[in-house]
Amino acid sequence: MTIEELEQIAESVRLENAKFDFEVNVCMDLACASQGADKLREALVQAAAASGKSILVRKTGCMGPCSAGPLVKVDEDDTLYSHVKAENAEAIVSSLGGTPVPELQCELNEHFDKQVRVVLENAGHIDPEKIDDYISRDGYKALMIALIEMTPNGVIHRITESGLRGRGGGGYPTGLKWSTVAKAGGDLKYVVCNGDEGDPGAFMDRSVMEGDPHRVIEGMAIAAYAVGASKGFIYVRAEYPVAVARLTTALREARRRGLLGNNIGGTTFNFDVEIRLGAGAFVCGEETALIASIEGRRGTPKPRPPYPAVSGLWGKPTLINNVETYANIAPIVRNGGKWFADMGSERSKGTKVFALTGKIANTGLVEVPMGIKLREIIEVIGGGVPGGHTFKAVQTGGPSGGCIPADMLDIGVSYDALLKVGSIMGSGGMIVMDDTSCMVNVAKFFIEFCMTESCGKCIPCRAGTAQMHTLLTRICEGVGTMEDLELLEDLCSTVKETSLCGLGQTAPNPVLSTLKYFREEYMEHIQHKRCPAGVCKIEAPVEVLA
Amino acid sequence: MPTFTPPPLPSDDKRWKIVNGTMRKSGFARYALIETLHTVQSSFGYLDDEAIRFVARSLRVPLSQAYGVVTFYHYFSLKPPGKHTITVCAGTACYIKGADKLVAAAEKRLGVKQGQTTKDGQISLMTARCVGACSRAPVVLCDGNVAGEATAEQVLEQLERWAVE
Repeated sequence: MTIEELEQIAESVRLENAKFDFEVNVCMDLACASQGADKLREALVQAAAASGKSILVRKTGCMGPCSAGPLVKVDEDDTLYSHVKAENAEAIVSSLGGTPVPELQCELNEHFDKQVRVVLENAGHIDPEKIDDYISRDGYKALMIALIEMTPNGVIHRITESGLRGRGGGGYPTGLKWSTVAKAGGDLKYVVCNGDEGDPGAFMDRSVMEGDPHRVIEGMAIAAYAVGASKGFIYVRAEYPVAVARLTTALREARRRGLLGNNIGGTTFNFDVEIRLGAGAFVCGEETALIASIEGRRGTPKPRPPYPAVSGLWGKPTLINNVETYANIAPIVRNGGKWFADMGSERSKGTKVFALTGKIANTGLVEVPMGIKLREIIEVIGGGVPGGHTFKAVQTGGPSGGCIPADMLDIGVSYDALLKVGSIMGSGGMIVMDDTSCMVNVAKFFIEFCMTESCGKCIPCRAGTAQMHTLLTRICEGVGTMEDLELLEDLCSTVKETSLCGLGQTAPNPVLSTLKYFREEYMEHIQHKRCPAGVCKIEAPVEVLA
Repeated sequence: MPTFTPPPLPSDDKRWKIVNGTMRKSGFARYALIETLHTVQSSFGYLDDEAIRFVARSLRVPLSQAYGVVTFYHYFSLKPPGKHTITVCAGTACYIKGADKLVAAAEKRLGVKQGQTTKDGQISLMTARCVGACSRAPVVLCDGNVAGEATAEQVLEQLERWAVE
């Protein structure tokens, strides 16, 4: 495979598509699929056949605003239809070439205007099961550019120049990580894609793996070339069967096209990827635990150093990046580091995909430039809190993150700004809470999660989270005391400072941030035995007659 | 070095051949333990003693280690599932949207706690960490099919349909 051959494939796809007068895309991602997208697609195919028009009906990955699903997009004039049912298929088909069906048109202009699509640029445009669709949108071109025109160091330099930081949550500079692995000795190295996406409330990585799987594979191949690895693993949650199926198809197709295997692009570069299934353990998002799991063992973390970059999978230097990080690689190689660095804020470059969920009008996936104000994401893109309720907090970073209150919504979204307000970027879950959520109960929810997910290796995390859970339960039940609160705060700092891995070190964050911003809710529970949001079941105190 | 001969299949149940196939693909390497357990669970529905022993011996992994892996990961089950399974997602978005009410309704109707199966073996009630359909929270999976914006009434209706089968 050469760049010319890639262009020939792209050209043939364009010619093939040009045979059709219209291209109609149907979002088949989980949210739309659960609302009948499959029947809708069949109806569109039938209506197309009956109409006599020449129409290509394509199934695609996530288009973004899941709350408006099922979604259909007509390529010719970029019309987006929302809440489409199978019975609307005929109307859509007969409108092609004329005026779009007004009552079905999606009215989310502001929602899209604020977004910049880099990672999600192919989502909604390609059939994820067709490698040629991907190639027709410059797919694998970056890999060829890297292999033929660039040295491994040149690739690393470009990634460093882009300022890309790890999208899994930590925000470690990607270029620096790559150069550490590249400099590590030995001729056997691995690249690993972390597709464990354990944060409840986050589904960006699932959508990328399902909607644009080749993008991840291409990123991994470029990384392998840059660091000198020949073998890769994608670690995917077993809870994502569709992602596993799509990746399996994509890997097979990439091998068939000679984009994986030996002598890729006619060079001496060899690379192939295997899929490894997770089995439901949040701690496996931690890189040393993930390595243990790929090796077929219990996913318990190890102290670092040595870092996986030096001694990882089977003791060999291993590069571990998250799905979204890999998905950023191809466009950076194609367009240059500066192009990427021009987007975003000073120390957080590029864009970030967020999964916007909870008490918000427009739920779904959004991709925004770093530095955008939280308020814009929630109020403009997300459409605000529905049902006449008021916004209370937005939770970012999953169980390792924190709750950000209304008066802090004007911060720009960046790794540093989120850290400063007591949360983290995390992998990109953004859960909006309104006045019907009790923040003490929310803290209890997260601690319960961490308690269940603690691997049990180190005591501060294993015993600490359990004790914190007991204390929070007492407070939620209205039997907590001020001493309990004091003990809780004390435990927070102990668990944070003395746990072995990130799970324990960050487990107190949801408690600390709610204590910081919503302390009065804790006090209400403790002093007045009352849950202001009416969530916690507190038995009415016995009236003492004077 | 004497070559390793894997143990014979536990029975002529064809599903053991699928399990064996997974192990053979990796040359009976120890790292295939989790992959193989996945194959057992997808073929048999759960992991029983016989299966764990067979896999451990085939991969030359101490039984304690195999059992340790099985019990470490939530996805693996030591009990057979019911004929139908209702799974309520317990992710953050679902929690915020009231998934606990769905669990409570199902628990009350079935007379079992989450993670258990009804006595007649008909229905299992499970919770999931997060199925990634957060935009449609609260989410319920009925035999694996995702239903979004689920209500307690819908859950009860589904349970009713399964009960009369």
